[in-house]
Amino acid sequence: MSTSTDTIIALVLHGIGTSPLRKEDWPLVRGEGTFVADFKRPGMVHAFVARSPFAHARFTRITTAAALAAPGVIDVITVADLPDRGHLIPTRQFHDEGSRRFLQRPLADGVVRYSGEPVAVVIAESRYLAEDAAELLDVDYEQLPPVLDPDEAVATGAVLLRPETGTNVAGHLVVEMGDLEKAFADADLVIDEEFRIQRHAAVPLETRGLLAEYDPRRNSVTVWGAAKIPHVNKKILARLLGWDEEQVRLIELHVGGGFGARGEFYPEDFLIPFAAIRIGKPVAWVEDREENLRATNHSREQVHRCRLAVKKDGTFLALRDTFLNNTGAYVRTHGMTVPGLSVSMLPGPYRWPAYRGEYRSVVTNKTPGGTYRSPGRFEINFVRERLVDIAAHRLGLDPVEVRRMNLIGRESFPYVVGTLYDGHPVIYDSGDYRLLLDKALKAFDWERMKAWRMEPAAGALKRGVGIGYFVEKAGPAEREYARIELNEKGDVFVYTGSVSVGQGVETVLAQVCASHLGLPYERITVLHGDTETIPEGMGAFGSRATMLGGAAVMGASKALREQLLDAAAQELEAAPADLVLTPEGVSVAGAPSRMVPLSTLLKPHGGVLKVEDRFVCDLLGFPYGIHFAAVEVDPKSGAVHVRRFAVAYDVGRVVNPMLMEGQISGGFAQGIGGTLLEEFSFDSSGQPLAASFMDYLLPTSEEVPDVDMLVTEDAPSPLNPLGVKGAGEGGTAAVGAAIGNAVSDALGVEVTRLPLSPQRVMELAGA
Amino acid sequence: MKPALFEYDDPATLDAALDLLARYGDECKVLAGGQSLVPLMNFRLARPGRLIDINGIDSLAGIKLEGGSLSIGAMTRHVDVERSEEVAHGWPLLAEAIGWVGHGQIRNRGTVGGSVAHADPAAELPAALAVLDAKFHIRSKRGARTVGWDQFFVAEFTTSLAPDELLISIEVPPIEAGTATAFVEYARRHGDFALGGAAVMVKVARDGSCEKASIALLSAGPTPVRARNAEAMLAGKTLDEAVIGAAADEAVRDLHPTSDIHGSSEYRVKLLRTMTERGLRKAAKRAAGRT
Repeated sequence: MSTSTDTIIALVLHGIGTSPLRKEDWPLVRGEGTFVADFKRPGMVHAFVARSPFAHARFTRITTAAALAAPGVIDVITVADLPDRGHLIPTRQFHDEGSRRFLQRPLADGVVRYSGEPVAVVIAESRYLAEDAAELLDVDYEQLPPVLDPDEAVATGAVLLRPETGTNVAGHLVVEMGDLEKAFADADLVIDEEFRIQRHAAVPLETRGLLAEYDPRRNSVTVWGAAKIPHVNKKILARLLGWDEEQVRLIELHVGGGFGARGEFYPEDFLIPFAAIRIGKPVAWVEDREENLRATNHSREQVHRCRLAVKKDGTFLALRDTFLNNTGAYVRTHGMTVPGLSVSMLPGPYRWPAYRGEYRSVVTNKTPGGTYRSPGRFEINFVRERLVDIAAHRLGLDPVEVRRMNLIGRESFPYVVGTLYDGHPVIYDSGDYRLLLDKALKAFDWERMKAWRMEPAAGALKRGVGIGYFVEKAGPAEREYARIELNEKGDVFVYTGSVSVGQGVETVLAQVCASHLGLPYERITVLHGDTETIPEGMGAFGSRATMLGGAAVMGASKALREQLLDAAAQELEAAPADLVLTPEGVSVAGAPSRMVPLSTLLKPHGGVLKVEDRFVCDLLGFPYGIHFAAVEVDPKSGAVHVRRFAVAYDVGRVVNPMLMEGQISGGFAQGIGGTLLEEFSFDSSGQPLAASFMDYLLPTSEEVPDVDMLVTEDAPSPLNPLGVKGAGEGGTAAVGAAIGNAVSDALGVEVTRLPLSPQRVMELAGA
Repeated sequence: MKPALFEYDDPATLDAALDLLARYGDECKVLAGGQSLVPLMNFRLARPGRLIDINGIDSLAGIKLEGGSLSIGAMTRHVDVERSEEVAHGWPLLAEAIGWVGHGQIRNRGTVGGSVAHADPAAELPAALAVLDAKFHIRSKRGARTVGWDQFFVAEFTTSLAPDELLISIEVPPIEAGTATAFVEYARRHGDFALGGAAVMVKVARDGSCEKASIALLSAGPTPVRARNAEAMLAGKTLDEAVIGAAADEAVRDLHPTSDIHGSSEYRVKLLRTMTERGLRKAAKRAAGRT
């Protein structure tokens, strides 16, 4: 009796909808985590990647003799040492035929196209010695003029990164629906505006790192330090090595943040295993921050030229946007993900009788680009929500009411937007946008915020308030794998194709398993990120792990429970519905002595019952939310003080409220960075000017105010049995939008560029 | 991001340190708190052949009162100045300025001598010491000398210290009765180097007029900049908004701060004007509260 009661209590405490202590935290809070830099192998040596000091240069010769002769040096690898001079690193999604011409090889071959491009790998007994030896490499660089600005890149006569292609445009797409001509003819007001979002990036606190070891007996290589998508990268690595997938094993260790950038396949993801195979010793490489800021994917740099058609009562008629996405020197694994998401999600939560979006993704002599939390959407939410406020200002209407009247009605779901996500139609799965607006206005006391705005501020400060409405997306990459194993002792092992980037996936999947298997959270261990023990997986990105990984775990949990109860029902001659599962066995409800132990039930399965599930879903979930900002702007210093920030977010269903809040807080902090502080600046020769944390300004706790939250579950997703929509990106999505609107409100001037640096704010204020 | 090869010495006495400096001169660099030097070495922007670590020389650290003046040993950590009762009582400007220096960890490790010898024009202490008319006591095997702040700071990251010389202590003269001070700055993030800032001292007479004013600006030029003309304008005036505004205008006239990615020269001039204004306002208010 007591055992089953404990089980029920444990489920109530730790099942879906509760906030148990995180499974991940014990080792981390005790300093027992194993990040890749903590991981050692006997006899391991250290790699340093020598990088181009120039943004654009030709070279014919790399002289390595002096470096090879330096103390402790084991090997120096240049492009001539790679089979076929290295293969192109492929895109893994959002492919574009045109972009194939702009893919990156692991090492530069005759031309370097960004400052930080790998030119050689020096392997030595220590990182110190490797760095000393790298200084002795002699490359006969001949500098070429760089192209840095995306407008310059598409101008006639532009410097071309690949002269043989005749263009710097790596990807181009037009999405069009409705009758634009008619809409603009019918408009009472047409607004033309240009918006710019600055280049910034994920910058996880743990930099990238890898340790690779060759096993001559099996002729195989093992790589530790994988993250985000180990199974995908296993395939890419095998392909680039020309090996069978069985010869490659990727293992995830603790990961200190991903946010889109960490875990993609970079040149080093080939070079380090290649070096380990070549020299027959384990090779470790841990990126330092200086490398991280120059070599790991940048993001967000876009220039939008928009035209909005609106009636004088505020009804939206049409939106047209032509934008440039600066993808940097090469197209990396994300392909056209960022501009593709921008163009498909610009319409947001509103009805548009006509929409035309067009992107050109251009190459320039800057660090290559990829995704960053809310990729493509942080940018377009700023664009769209600023346009809405500009329209409201010009029409003399209340910006909140203009939003409300144009929101897609709840009766219209599922709502076909008319755009495509990587070839799939964008269909908003569920939503009640007006309901969330009403709830948020009440919960955050918008009337009070507006009253606060009218009160006099201290000194020279000016007050402003603003909101940004957004639709997020969650759960791409159509499938996920789960296997659940139950042993005689009542221990449960969940093997998942999802991985951990620090977000709490072990906790969440254990909660889903506890709820649907009916065994206590404490008895469940979640295992992930090893391509040998887990046959397939799509990883953790795009707010997908809970949605797809969770659904697969739910499916396997239910199937395992059903199988156990069916077997026990026969033994006990009772209906499955009358049975209770505990870690000891299965008993009849109300008659605990009528119990069949797990050992009996599992005997036919060799003592361990295993159930696999693969959850498949072609469509995306679309959570949605609203950001509220109240700011005080100091025109005499250019400072923006965020006095209050609030986030309302409907994610369908919340598995763990504590982790949900953590996602919003962390996402918001990164949004503050992107809105006020972070920018990768370059000088006219293409040298990065924000190449350390002295100049690349991440927000600290001093710059990030507390955020109020309202998380609702009014629109569960019909696309998965849990009803969840991924929740990882909504904290970031509209920070630029809401603060941009609030600063515009404070100054009475329209903000069209990020970041809101003090100089820019002072200029806007005309002080 | 690993430093290039270097030799390392950690002398236990001042004499031993001076011997090493005399022997190696230009080849070596003195390691105090390491808060600026070590990052520069890790980037290989600084490549000293030898480090002379003076952390083991106890006599170089400490705060003393000497005949009404304050003496701060070169190896005194920022945090010890920040928390010193003598400083809080007699020279609150120093504690206020140090509150803006980096973060707690940096203030625990960083030293007063290291900061001034590094001579970053965006640093807080040099500007505060400029307003306070501090003197710098210097030693070498060749002897001892003392220079005023205006002879100590020469240019960006450059002092008048010769390669064989070591900064021993800083002497801050007493503050006259009726004087109030203020330190203001603006940085993009808490703890960053200032985009602009001002250290201000005003002496207010019984009738409320300003008897004497000192203003030093940081991030305004290659060294701390004393706004002498503005100071002269304030003498004998009542510190009202108009007077303060005019002095702030004067303080930034002919300033040409360096542009960088965080702010253009033009922006910085405007910011420095705001900082001067706010510094004067704050000091005037404190002076009024005292009289």
